[in-house]
Amino acid sequence: MRTLYAELNKRFPLGELTVQREDLGFITVEREHLRALLLHLRDLEGFTHLVLLTAVDWMEEGVFQLTYLLSDRKKRCDLGLRVMIARDGASMETIHDVWPTAATYQRELCEMFGIDFPGSPGVHDPFILEGWTDIPPYRREFDTKKYADETFTHRAGRETNDPAEYMKKQLYPDGA
Amino acid sequence: MVLYQPDRSQYPSQKADGSLDIDLTSGKYLKLWQGPQHPGITGNMSLELTVCGDEVVEAKTHVGYLHRGFEKLMERRTFIQCFPIVCRICVPEPDFNEYCYAAAVEELAGIVAPERADWIRTLILEMGRINSYMMYLGGQAGSLGQGVIGQWTTYVRDLMLDRFEELTGARIYHMFILPGGVRDGLPDGFAGRMEDTLQEIERTMSDVYDVMFCNAVFKKRTVGVGYIDPALLEPYGVTGPNARAAGVVKDVRKDQPYLVYPQLDFEPVVGHDSDIFTRADVRRRDVLVSIDLVRQIIAKMPKTGPLMTKLPNVLHWKIPRGETYIRGECSRGEYGYYLVTDGSGYPRRVNVRGPSYTHAVALLERLIVNVNISDVAALMVSLHTYPPEIER
Amino acid sequence: MKDELKKRIITGPDGFEFEVDPLNDYYCDAPPKVHPPAYVKIVEDLFNWARSESIWILGFGTGCGAIEMRPLMTPRFDAYRYGVQWRPTPRQSNLFIISGYLSVKTLKRVIRSYEQMQSPKYVIGLGSCTINGGMYWDSYNTIKKLDEYLPVDLYIAGCMPRPEALLKGFEDLKKIIRAGEGEGANIYAKNFDWYKANQKKVIQDWDMPDYNW
Repeated sequence: MRTLYAELNKRFPLGELTVQREDLGFITVEREHLRALLLHLRDLEGFTHLVLLTAVDWMEEGVFQLTYLLSDRKKRCDLGLRVMIARDGASMETIHDVWPTAATYQRELCEMFGIDFPGSPGVHDPFILEGWTDIPPYRREFDTKKYADETFTHRAGRETNDPAEYMKKQLYPDGA
Repeated sequence: MVLYQPDRSQYPSQKADGSLDIDLTSGKYLKLWQGPQHPGITGNMSLELTVCGDEVVEAKTHVGYLHRGFEKLMERRTFIQCFPIVCRICVPEPDFNEYCYAAAVEELAGIVAPERADWIRTLILEMGRINSYMMYLGGQAGSLGQGVIGQWTTYVRDLMLDRFEELTGARIYHMFILPGGVRDGLPDGFAGRMEDTLQEIERTMSDVYDVMFCNAVFKKRTVGVGYIDPALLEPYGVTGPNARAAGVVKDVRKDQPYLVYPQLDFEPVVGHDSDIFTRADVRRRDVLVSIDLVRQIIAKMPKTGPLMTKLPNVLHWKIPRGETYIRGECSRGEYGYYLVTDGSGYPRRVNVRGPSYTHAVALLERLIVNVNISDVAALMVSLHTYPPEIER
Repeated sequence: MKDELKKRIITGPDGFEFEVDPLNDYYCDAPPKVHPPAYVKIVEDLFNWARSESIWILGFGTGCGAIEMRPLMTPRFDAYRYGVQWRPTPRQSNLFIISGYLSVKTLKRVIRSYEQMQSPKYVIGLGSCTINGGMYWDSYNTIKKLDEYLPVDLYIAGCMPRPEALLKGFEDLKKIIRAGEGEGANIYAKNFDWYKANQKKVIQDWDMPDYNW
């Protein structure tokens, strides 16, 4: 893993390497160099399998972290590329010509997080939700419980008791 | 044998961006929905087919009928509250979710499950794999009209669910594998009853082989149909028996072994003509491999030992910031969990990578062009997709 | 609205042009009717006995529960000896088992299938998700109380209920039907506007007619 990182660092400006396990590492990359790095990894280093493309919402820092997880089956090694993009007006260049299956992941990210991938086939078609008019639901500011309480009627009779409070009232009914 | 050569002059032409020039108002094309309420769909998803005569010209997969927002729900629950809901992500084979989630949490929290727990986890995963293949065989035969195979395999699956009920307490959703180990050991006499069940499965599998795989109609309808070019495997992220039937040996249990697979002796099953028949055959042989693995696990398992490590106070369990990816080989392909924690008591992001995500959407839309309407169900079932894990 | 649902002119194969309006032409434009029981009570008892002994279920696996319905078709649990069959089309079925949670997208299709069934029809809510939302009580995409959108005759609790629980549920449903209380379809017809308002509140893109017969 470290030798691979040293090799890649000679060609591309990379961030830190976090070694999670001996066969899994995460590297932070700038968005401009991502595409070249992906093509280099796929064609020359043997990381031909795109495992997943997902986003993590770091709302406190104001960024989305896009994780591209690649896998090299022959060398038994996984590499995660982290790209930080801004949260407002989030968009990233598409990689559906590098891996056609990325179009599905990008479609889901566009619907669930609001990250646009211009040029990806069908990226604005509704994929999972239908008739959704609110903000993209996987964003951190979307409160799912509040939305569920407002949109759907709940059945009466579900009371929640805090166990500590309940036992206190049972054992000391006069207070204190 | 003279093959039917279709008349391609009626076929729609291609536009500049690669999509087909389909004029729906011309009366030549018909839009059919093999929709959610349909006996020929594996689960609850739908295919929007554009058909010219008898052949499918274009298809779009519609998923989202089973979306519950798991990844959002898990952000609202603590680590120990997440594990009961995780098994519901994939309905017919729920144990992989539990294992991948537990392994991811253990890795980030820096705890190690005891050895006996690892053996029991492997046993449960293999039992779940057999169940899933039983469901598949019933579905594949049923999609081509052989209803009796579904009756046999569902009955045998019920016998295995009885073993699950003895071991874990529930038939379908076990909630047995949690971060730190497993909940309980094997009950008394389990090995004997398991051996009876495995022998019943083997008897049924030999019957299934005779009735399904030696059947001229099944062969005629599936050999040469639904061919996946080996060059499509990497760009489309195809894993599991779909890839192995094309000759590429992709098995996470051998490539990146997890749990106790290094100590078990087996060979991954490979096929060479990647059509529907070979995929069904690869899965049938995989059942026999799994049966052998279950026998090996029960024979080699340590009989004593701790089942759970000591966990910190789970009500206030904070895991330091980190991210990881745990993968396993489920019956459909590579199943993985990507877990990100941020130092609080709640997971930051859990992303479930189900194998059907790549198989049912991009690959199916590519394969289904030029397929006869009556083969659409067979093709879809042969990719062995379960919709719940696509949209979670 | 999708292209195929808009009003348009179509040229037939022999060149004849005609205008088509899918939402009006293909569906019934009258609301559902209440079907009163037979005039003589003993005849209605006979009808109810016949209805209860041949319950045909619509084959629509809406959620998790579909996996515990498959063993019912095998000889081990055998629902067929109770007169229960699975049918592929709503026109031939009179019981709709809502097997588990309903996402909003599925709810639209469920309403469509339910309204295409012929009276008298019954609904069973399977699993705790139909009762109060189950473990998806805070999810933004599943409904919490099935009663608001469809008239439910019986609930079977569990997560998942065993096949034996389903068989006991069929027995209870038969008793309900024989007592003359399987009035789900009539309740739906009587309170049609209330059900429709609830459904439209949740389903934002309503591109079907109000009554999908």
